[in-house]
Amino acid sequence: MDIKICAEPFDPWQEIQGHQHSANNMAGKFGATSIFIGTMRDFNEGDDVKGMTLEHYPGMTEKQLEKIVAEAARQWPVIDVLVVHRVGDILPNDPIVLVAVWTSHRGDAFDASRYIMEALKSRAPFWKKELLKSQAERWLEKNTDGYS
Amino acid sequence: MSIKVRYFASLKESIGRSEDNLEFSGPATVGDVWHRANPDKTLPDNSLAAVNMDYVELNSAVKDGDEVAFFPPVTGG
Repeated sequence: MDIKICAEPFDPWQEIQGHQHSANNMAGKFGATSIFIGTMRDFNEGDDVKGMTLEHYPGMTEKQLEKIVAEAARQWPVIDVLVVHRVGDILPNDPIVLVAVWTSHRGDAFDASRYIMEALKSRAPFWKKELLKSQAERWLEKNTDGYS
Repeated sequence: MSIKVRYFASLKESIGRSEDNLEFSGPATVGDVWHRANPDKTLPDNSLAAVNMDYVELNSAVKDGDEVAFFPPVTGG
């Protein structure tokens, strides 16, 4: 299980490959890998967005993500989990979050990754501040419900 | 007892500080910590609170050395 907070841009595909290669106990064991990548849009709520700053609470972020991953591991037989999340200044098309889950069978991979992602959205202490093309700045007030 | 208070995101901007250090002589709750630190400001209804990096309710007791945090709803991912 690996949780990373990145202050610099990251390549989710390299992260997945690197993790899979370094976790040598996984080879031959997993039959399913579920991958979720969240990417920054250049629009939100009808406005053009040119950038974003992601603030977080260092220490609590990692603590909450570890709890969420542990909860998922208690509910589904996961072999491994990788969570990577950006902080700092972000541009449209930059990856913001990666959740990758390795399991024996696809149902567990889908369900565990969905659980981790939705719990991250509601409990991990990150906050987005958008910079609009109009130069106005605004804090996002809440996350949308991923199930609606 | 000594309590460290931290604020994040829009709440930090609205009160103009990122942290406070308070001394209490008797028992106190998380809500008491907010009122002592911000006597003229009501905590926004949708705010979240944490003690030592775990979520808590405002009626939770605090103890010496705790780090109390107040912040708006989270918007990561």
